[in-house]
Amino acid sequence: MSLETPLHRVQGLGAAHSGTQHFWRQRITAVALVPLSIWFAVSALNLVGAPGSDVDMFFQHPMNAALMGIFVVILLYHMVLGLQSVIDDYVHHDGWKILCLLLNRGFAIVVGVASIIALLRIAIG
Amino acid sequence: MAEQKQHPRPLSPHLQIYRWPVTMATSITHRATGIALSAGTLLLAWWLIAAASGPEAFAKFQAAAANPIGEIVLFGFVWSLAFHLLNGIRHLAWDLGYGFDVATANRTGILVITLSVFAAIAVFIFAYKHGGLHL
Repeated sequence: MSLETPLHRVQGLGAAHSGTQHFWRQRITAVALVPLSIWFAVSALNLVGAPGSDVDMFFQHPMNAALMGIFVVILLYHMVLGLQSVIDDYVHHDGWKILCLLLNRGFAIVVGVASIIALLRIAIG
Repeated sequence: MAEQKQHPRPLSPHLQIYRWPVTMATSITHRATGIALSAGTLLLAWWLIAAASGPEAFAKFQAAAANPIGEIVLFGFVWSLAFHLLNGIRHLAWDLGYGFDVATANRTGILVITLSVFAAIAVFIFAYKHGGLHL
């Protein structure tokens, strides 16, 4: 006999009330990152050793700026989800866990905002 | 109750007792490279900010990257990305139900390790030959 209420069972959200959301978003961002990170690796490799003006020229192309922006945002979201799994697994004290989860998101927001502003400064000049 | 405690029950040994199968090594390496790549996002942001801030700031970034320590960090970053990308594809295949039997998982594990090392070395050979990077 299960103590789970029928409503809770059909909602299918489990004890954390979020169901498979974390798992699913991790996979969706992973799928998106396969082509995006290959694009990034090839682009970055072509810019190795080049002066900064070449990097600026590359990102002044709207398509490259857009792809880089998308890459950074999805990458950081994938990172937040991944590091959250690590924190959930290894940090057991509630206070430390909440602090780590907040720092995880804070780090992603700071790196994301800094990267996007830099990208906009290059793209718009 | 008290008498029972005199007979020690068999205990399951902890992780370090077991011989490491390939799947176990790739699993923890996937997590480790993920954490390393998280730190690597700082390099990515630095690169973009340096490019946005002008030639002087960008020259500083390039000098740090061409420094032996910088090159070791960059190699670690490139290999981590190669491993996490290839092993990530392996994980996605598993999610779809492919290659989950032990023999295949072991084989793809060795494949991922080998390919990631080759990819990282190939990237650095290309960078030295065409990118004007100096050893």
